[in-house]
Amino acid sequence: MPDATTPASDDILRVEDLKVHFPVMQGVVIQKQVATVKAVDGISFTLKRGETLGLVGESGCGKSTTGLAVLRMLPPTEGRIVFEGEDIAGHDEERMRGIRKRMQMVYQDPYGSLNPRMRVRDIVGEPLEVHGLGDDRRALRERVSALIAMVGLLPDMADRYPHEFSGGQRQRIGIARAMALEPSLIICDEAVSALDVSIQAQVVNLFMELQQRLGLTYIFIAHDLAVVRHISDRIAVMYLGKIVEIATRDELYRDPLHPYTQALLAAIPIPDPELEATRPQQIISGEVPSALRPPPGCRFHPRCPHAMDVCKTTEPPLKGRPGGRAVACHLHP
Amino acid sequence: MAEPLLQVRDLTTRFRTDGGIVTAVDSVSFDVAAGETVAIVGESGSGKSVTALSILRLIPNPPGKIERGEVIFDGVDLLKLDDVGIRAIRGDKIAMIFQEPMSSLNPALTIGKQIGEPINLHRKAPWTVAIDKAKELLGRVRIPDAAARVGAWPHQFSGGMRQRAMIAMALACQPKLIVADEPTTALDVTVQAQILDLLKSQAREAGSALILITHDLGVVARYADRVVVMYGGRIVETAPARILYKFPRHPYTQGLMASIPRLDGDTRQRLVPIEGQPPNLAQLPLGCAFAARCRMATQRCHDERPPLEAVGENHLKACFLDARADAHA
Repeated sequence: MPDATTPASDDILRVEDLKVHFPVMQGVVIQKQVATVKAVDGISFTLKRGETLGLVGESGCGKSTTGLAVLRMLPPTEGRIVFEGEDIAGHDEERMRGIRKRMQMVYQDPYGSLNPRMRVRDIVGEPLEVHGLGDDRRALRERVSALIAMVGLLPDMADRYPHEFSGGQRQRIGIARAMALEPSLIICDEAVSALDVSIQAQVVNLFMELQQRLGLTYIFIAHDLAVVRHISDRIAVMYLGKIVEIATRDELYRDPLHPYTQALLAAIPIPDPELEATRPQQIISGEVPSALRPPPGCRFHPRCPHAMDVCKTTEPPLKGRPGGRAVACHLHP
Repeated sequence: MAEPLLQVRDLTTRFRTDGGIVTAVDSVSFDVAAGETVAIVGESGSGKSVTALSILRLIPNPPGKIERGEVIFDGVDLLKLDDVGIRAIRGDKIAMIFQEPMSSLNPALTIGKQIGEPINLHRKAPWTVAIDKAKELLGRVRIPDAAARVGAWPHQFSGGMRQRAMIAMALACQPKLIVADEPTTALDVTVQAQILDLLKSQAREAGSALILITHDLGVVARYADRVVVMYGGRIVETAPARILYKFPRHPYTQGLMASIPRLDGDTRQRLVPIEGQPPNLAQLPLGCAFAARCRMATQRCHDERPPLEAVGENHLKACFLDARADAHA
């Protein structure tokens, strides 16, 4: 809920120059740091209240690490994370407790993220109890029942165990738990990726309905660009720890500027055989290099069909363009 | 018309589980012509992978068992062959590519040995010849510096390179049929496109037919000539790819098409999910497996199982209803 500490601006989250680095240690007894994995290496973005930001990219691009760092489940190495007007990048656990009520996560794996020994009622009610809101047992019961109904599960499902549910239903349980504390920001990390397509649509629709009803803000992390396009207002494309392009949904898909964005979009087949037969096939070569040794200059240059000499030596900054769009590419100075 | 390369007839495979007997593949029949790419598409539990494994007789027994049916390949019923007979075909005339290249490559053998093995085994070529051939195959699947990489170990390869090595192995004996079970599901999208393009072009060059098992309707649209749609262990519809996408006739196929967000779709449009949950394979209904989730189901759909019947040229569906109106709307 917005209160006195909410700034005038309607930015709910501002991430500035966020870096998350992991040391690589070697040695059995005496451990020595031999390298650094720069999983997230200086990214900035803002998120308006009620907006959905899609975060896309291939494995190792840092999209999940970004989500975990914003929630402070991973320590940021550098940078600011301004959530509802407060920089939480340096907060200790004590101070994060109150903040965590307002930001929650929905995970990819609806099998691994639910405790198999707990009934649905207790899984959904647990966050309330942890935050000391479960003392009035009747109120707790009612609240849990309301949450279960809100995500489209039946009342009698509350007393069952996770294994009795299908993947889509489990994801609904995970969503109900995430909603329990009435968060303002929800980070969905590949939240529909493990689901079958017919079920995926159910859960995508549920996310969108809840957003409309409750005014939620989402960071929607996914590798499926078609799903991201459907749900997001703006999209940030990441490659090896950097944002290479950020734009509104329509701009990004209609006119992708960064060669990596173009390659990602071209790689995705469209479910229409006639269209596919005529679509120009521009498949880029190579794979994402190791984050241990990112290429110098633009990190995408070894795979880029348009790479110039400057790309091999100088890293292009993420440059803002009119309309809030930004791209990090020497082709678009 | 020439005899199809592969004729699957009334194939039925069951598994004994704690929850009872599961009919994973239920009276499945389809053909694959020489050189053709057929996609088997379906969601988890639809029976698409078990169909592929049954064709190659790779069902672990127990708990699984191919109960009945025929798999006629090149005039021979593979289900009637003894172990020696089927082993002579696997990796030679029929090759298989699995989803997880790390667990289907032997970590203790070099890449070259694994690619050369079918050549050594089936073609009785000496190892020096087999390794030379492996080098050539690695080059064909565009692994840079193939001559040096032939001595590499699987763990030194990235996921994409491992899948390239799997394709090289599959191509080793110029198979007439390649069965690929979700070959790119574990890979990143840009690598997925590279691998599928490679697989398709190499299969075409070798004249091999391809059975592509996938859940991705985009992949099907890009690569398949013909599509078999499975649900609850049964085929619900099959048609040439262009026909299926334009005029899907089974309510499940129509539902699938409406539920996927498309890169070129209308973003303001709400996705139309298929309500309900997939069926419990241990308790499949008497009638149509999709009836419980079908908006148009009648009593007959619950009571009687619809046969797979022709609705057009090479187009079959298993549904009592005439769902054509929707498809053309």
